[in-house]
Amino acid sequence: MGTLASVLEQQGFATVALSCIREQTETTMPPRALHCEFPLGRPLGKPNDVEFQRSVLDAAFELLNEASGPVLVDYPIEIPDDADSPLSCTIPPSDTSDRNPAAAEALGLLPAWRRTHETYGRTTVGKVITAEQVPDMLDLFTRVAEGEAWQEVGIPGDPTKIAADIKNFYEEASISLMESSPSARRAESWFVQQTQAGQTIQKARINMKEAGANFYFWYYLLPMTQHHEPENN
Amino acid sequence: MSDKQVRTMLGKLEGFTFDEVPWVEPKPLSESRVAIVTTAGLTIDGNADWNAADQGFRVVPKGSDNLTLAHYSPNFDRTGWIVDKNIVFPIDRLEEMAEEGIIGSVAETHISFMGAQPDHTLETIRMDSGPAAAQALREDKVDIILLTPV
Repeated sequence: MGTLASVLEQQGFATVALSCIREQTETTMPPRALHCEFPLGRPLGKPNDVEFQRSVLDAAFELLNEASGPVLVDYPIEIPDDADSPLSCTIPPSDTSDRNPAAAEALGLLPAWRRTHETYGRTTVGKVITAEQVPDMLDLFTRVAEGEAWQEVGIPGDPTKIAADIKNFYEEASISLMESSPSARRAESWFVQQTQAGQTIQKARINMKEAGANFYFWYYLLPMTQHHEPENN
Repeated sequence: MSDKQVRTMLGKLEGFTFDEVPWVEPKPLSESRVAIVTTAGLTIDGNADWNAADQGFRVVPKGSDNLTLAHYSPNFDRTGWIVDKNIVFPIDRLEEMAEEGIIGSVAETHISFMGAQPDHTLETIRMDSGPAAAQALREDKVDIILLTPV
């Protein structure tokens, strides 16, 4: 971000950058930066809080009054993520007694995912698969978790992208199952630590790592701060 | 407190530093046309896939109503984005500021790159896609750029 700001400034624009990792901003030295210690992925701080977002923008544009740079100012309010407090989210049952538990769980979440999609008009699912394909993909990850070689179970593309589609599907479904929009990473911790799907991908990740898979393929299967042994392993 | 760990790990990464920090004297904000440049990996055609090493950019017209956050990294929250696009792409806030006369106008052309690039020298962005994005913004007569990081 810092380098990009300098590239654009060099091209003749006055730039104001929000910063999310202070040390990187110190390294790359953009002309004007407002460092915001907010959850990563939320550079304006608080979703659906117009007043808060405006105060961040006001503070950022204020930097245009500085006579020389580089300027790096800290926004005075910090917002931590909430990864330590996983959602407590009841998954609706589905009539799928013939499916493996992770696939059945995902089928139960499909109506909630559709409600979120309809309500907000956005999804991040679709890198490789659709929401409807999530249960079938969990069948494949279950086989990897049970010891089959990941290259041989028929995963139809980059496994990290499919794992992202699965994780994003779960997180988006959880939005409709909760009364308010979640603080950052609560849905992530719920997915990884408390769902069949998350624990299946965790086991698959460990198996792939131990089998010598390329770093990229096992490392990016889950957020790097969620690389744990599953509780029931 | 996962973000704290991520910041500690990623804060140590190398980055490209210019010999001299460039500096443009800004026009008054109330007379300036403002564009957003984000590194969220936004697409406008429903495509949710953006490859890890892709240092290209997408033009995001102001009225785009089908934005998708296609960033490859799993290491940040996306639920905020789902419930409010302004958390990453504060286009509604800029419109309000234009209506109030705080900024001159909101650009028609906005830009998305994708952050967390494995090539920390960002050579393609510096030498190719960055100047190309600048040209698109220049054609829209943009004065000030707000950068939002993901």
